[in-house]
Amino acid sequence: MKTIEELRDLYIERIAPGLDVLEEQRKTILKKFYFAVMIVVPVFGLLALNTIRYSPNLGIFLLIAGILVLTFIYHFLIRDYRRLFKNAVIEKIVKFIDEGLTYSKFGKVSQSLFKMSGIFQKNIDKYSGDDHISGTIGKTRVEFSELYTAYETRSSKGGKQEHTIFKGLFFMADFNKHFKGNTVVLPDTAEKLLGHVGTLFQSMNKMRGDLIKLEDPEFEKLFAVYGNDQIEARYILSTSLMKRIVDFQKKTGKRIYLSFVGSKVFVAIPYQKDLFEPRVFRTILDFAPVQKYFEDLKLVAGIVDDLNLNTRIWTKE
Amino acid sequence: MPAVIGVVVVLVLAVIIIYNSLINKKNQVENVFASIDAMLKKRYDLIPNLVSTVQTYMQHERGTLNELTELRAKAISGGLSTDEKVGLDNKLSKTLGGIMVAVENYPDLKANQNFLQLQGSLNEAEEQISAARRAYNSAVTNYNNAVEMFPTNVFASAMNYQRKQVFEISEGERQNVNVKDLFNQ
Repeated sequence: MKTIEELRDLYIERIAPGLDVLEEQRKTILKKFYFAVMIVVPVFGLLALNTIRYSPNLGIFLLIAGILVLTFIYHFLIRDYRRLFKNAVIEKIVKFIDEGLTYSKFGKVSQSLFKMSGIFQKNIDKYSGDDHISGTIGKTRVEFSELYTAYETRSSKGGKQEHTIFKGLFFMADFNKHFKGNTVVLPDTAEKLLGHVGTLFQSMNKMRGDLIKLEDPEFEKLFAVYGNDQIEARYILSTSLMKRIVDFQKKTGKRIYLSFVGSKVFVAIPYQKDLFEPRVFRTILDFAPVQKYFEDLKLVAGIVDDLNLNTRIWTKE
Repeated sequence: MPAVIGVVVVLVLAVIIIYNSLINKKNQVENVFASIDAMLKKRYDLIPNLVSTVQTYMQHERGTLNELTELRAKAISGGLSTDEKVGLDNKLSKTLGGIMVAVENYPDLKANQNFLQLQGSLNEAEEQISAARRAYNSAVTNYNNAVEMFPTNVFASAMNYQRKQVFEISEGERQNVNVKDLFNQ
């Protein structure tokens, strides 16, 4: 894997020269946006102030409408800037990490793959994503992108509410062993909180197949494994892979989800914020954000090495 | 009166659940044990192929290859006790391991596509066997817990269920394979 020093060279030679134009664009956008704020805030503010006295509901509605208008204007203004930025920066970092990777800024991992992974079982009402990266690293075919998936509920008043199913980076790779069944590795909440009683609850959760108790105590503390084949699950989750998954989880410091379906491995890493987005309110002529994009990308692309997927000593080529 | 009926119903249900869970655990152990056999058979099936592929190259290891063939013949002949089976299997693993190490001395063989394919299959079989053993140990632990813990232990002793042994790595497997010894016999 590439180092920060090499990244710095790339930044100086290939990325920084293109940033001046973008920085100009960013400043123009910011001016336009502040101008919009200066119009929208007084207009909606005054309207809201006047109405709130006799109709509080309408007043609040006007305030929300003001915020929505500003959000819309913001997204409209940064549209081109965002696109150009991704070409100038993210794509170069992706190629820098591995020549075998292709970047598509508006692509995403398909919904059918997301469903196939079986990690999240809720019905999906909303499915979106961007920053799709695919290709081969060594001998392993990989694909990943940012995803946002949600389901909707209706309140008794008829209002819609959106609930996040998953937001973050979703990764898929060809696994190095053949297998037929499904095995899901979930972050372990029940056992952490309840100990043995938690295990009992876990084994009653039959939606995902049987609970599979594994020998590695550290792994068992962090994860709960479900699957439809006790032996195959252990064939996949060899003692060394369990150790590697524990190490990877520590590296991310997040509640990660994994599944092994159809000879593929899926990894879901939740993130609160949007990744690989350009700065708008601060200068982009800075190495720090580039380093952050690189580290986020490297973490995911590094799964291939972390889980040792390029080792092909079995029958799968 | 209804309270008494309620208590009786709950007790009967509890008995049924405990009884069934014990049987379930015992069957699971037997089930997984059978799959170890199936995985072992897969490996036995690969051995004749392996021997025929490598024997033209490995002139110095004739003896070991013959031994391997004999071990396999013994293993598939049937009528062996579990202990004998395990012993034979450990021997077979050791001999196979020795051959795989000796392959390093034969660059032609290492480049042979057929051999590489076989080596992959053998690695796969090996890991499947180890996975099946781990599954067996887990099923046995589950069963043993039920046999020893209250209240299931009361039923277990009434049903004459006894502790089962988990697989242990044999002394031979724990020591590193000594290739020299293997070929100087």
